[in-house]
Amino acid sequence: MSSLLYDSQGPRAKQRNVLYTVLFIAALAAVLWWLYTALDEKHQLDWVLWKPYLGSTEAYSAYIWPGLQNTLKAAALAMIIALPLGAVLGIARLSDHAWVRVPAGVVVEFFRAIPVLVLMIFGLALYSQYTDVSSDDRPLYAVVTGLVLYNASVLAEIVRAGILALPKGQSEAAMAIGLRKSQGMRLILLPQAVTAMLPAIVSQLVVIVKDTALGGAVLTFPELLAAANTMSGYYGANTIASFTVVAVIYVVINFSLTSFASWLEGRLRRGKKSTGAVLGAQDVADIAGTAATGAGR
Amino acid sequence: MFDFLDGYDVLGAFWTTVQLTLLAAAGSLIWGTLLAAMRVGPVPLMRGFGTAYVNIVRNIPLTVIILFSSLGLYSTLGISLGAGDIVKTANFRLAVLGLIVYTSAFVCEAIRSGINTVPVGQAEAARALGLSFTQVLFVVVLPQAFRAAVGPLTNVLIALTKNTTVAAAIGVGEAALLMKDMVEKEAQLLLISAIIAFGFCCLTLPTGLILGWVGKKVAVKR
Repeated sequence: MSSLLYDSQGPRAKQRNVLYTVLFIAALAAVLWWLYTALDEKHQLDWVLWKPYLGSTEAYSAYIWPGLQNTLKAAALAMIIALPLGAVLGIARLSDHAWVRVPAGVVVEFFRAIPVLVLMIFGLALYSQYTDVSSDDRPLYAVVTGLVLYNASVLAEIVRAGILALPKGQSEAAMAIGLRKSQGMRLILLPQAVTAMLPAIVSQLVVIVKDTALGGAVLTFPELLAAANTMSGYYGANTIASFTVVAVIYVVINFSLTSFASWLEGRLRRGKKSTGAVLGAQDVADIAGTAATGAGR
Repeated sequence: MFDFLDGYDVLGAFWTTVQLTLLAAAGSLIWGTLLAAMRVGPVPLMRGFGTAYVNIVRNIPLTVIILFSSLGLYSTLGISLGAGDIVKTANFRLAVLGLIVYTSAFVCEAIRSGINTVPVGQAEAARALGLSFTQVLFVVVLPQAFRAAVGPLTNVLIALTKNTTVAAAIGVGEAALLMKDMVEKEAQLLLISAIIAFGFCCLTLPTGLILGWVGKKVAVKR
């Protein structure tokens, strides 16, 4: 569609485009120049501040790598625990029995309506008041708890959408060869739904990685963002440099995950063996944002 | 039973949450629409800028952006958005700025998905009438695209409402910061959490329901 919004350009349109390009470059250059002078004025571009990241590897081994490990550990734990929980909740929401379906629905809608930070704060207080988890471990536990509660409900919706996206003939064929509903779910629907869900699950991993940063900023969990704070204190208030490096790392990780997800999505859509049912990144965004009643779907 | 609430301004905190949400929503709707216009436009440099902006901003945690606007922009560079030395006001404004920067990437994608639902014939007919690209976009395509984008934009708005809690990281007194403060000082953990959770349900669930209904109402029947 986007390329069809305008025709192939004639001489006048080309001239106009050159004009727009020049104006845009001028605007960009003005912003960059303003940024440069602002940074330079506060001596944020001095080599001393950037040297720890560009001139040596010490900062990476001392601060960034341990922080990154914690980020990845929390994200991986959250994903591993949330996946089975989400699968159970998602299948429960498709149950024929109202006493299974309704509570599962309430749980899923409730945890999707609440910010993940609120869940983390709740987790932290819960562990400190009611358990004897050591205070060093508490932030990790709290971050993972918050992420699991939220993402299990999002994954539940992904699982549900994945199963519903399969052609109706699949469950009908399962019934026709005499499988029970549970057998049909386990042997026919779930394996295909899992394939269809893969891109959506990878996209959700990006959300989880991003949300771990909340733990660093609010719950004193020593992950990558917290490492940026510690570093800038140690290397002489190089806030700008530290945040830039950390942001680049986040972008690299998440961009590769996003690209992997869309590659997977394209591959599954083109695949001849599958039923063609795929859940992509946009579906995840819809599911994650939509609280209650599937508004807007 | 609710004695412990004395001395805490629960409604005030949620009012701050609402303010953050509305200001950031308005700002990101404008900036996101401009980004979407750049991404579908005929100027290659603007298209590249839009794509790069969305891909970079979407992949940085909001927490990093908001913390940077406080520590980097305010403390280091002294940019206070006109708030001067009043740290509280400055942090509120910077939080809104951070939310706008982040959310507009998602608004841009939502609007682009809306543009994709407009049939090619609409743009072709508009060009046949002799409209320029800006006219085609703003008079013919975008009005239809917005009607189709109400659903995705609702999702972005709900996500934004929940994302305002990240402002707690730079000490903006909204609901999550109040909750953190309360659970550290008071004993009624479950009750406090229930109140905060109820507050967020009151904000997000009706938004979804009402705008979902609006979305169905305004959708272009094709």
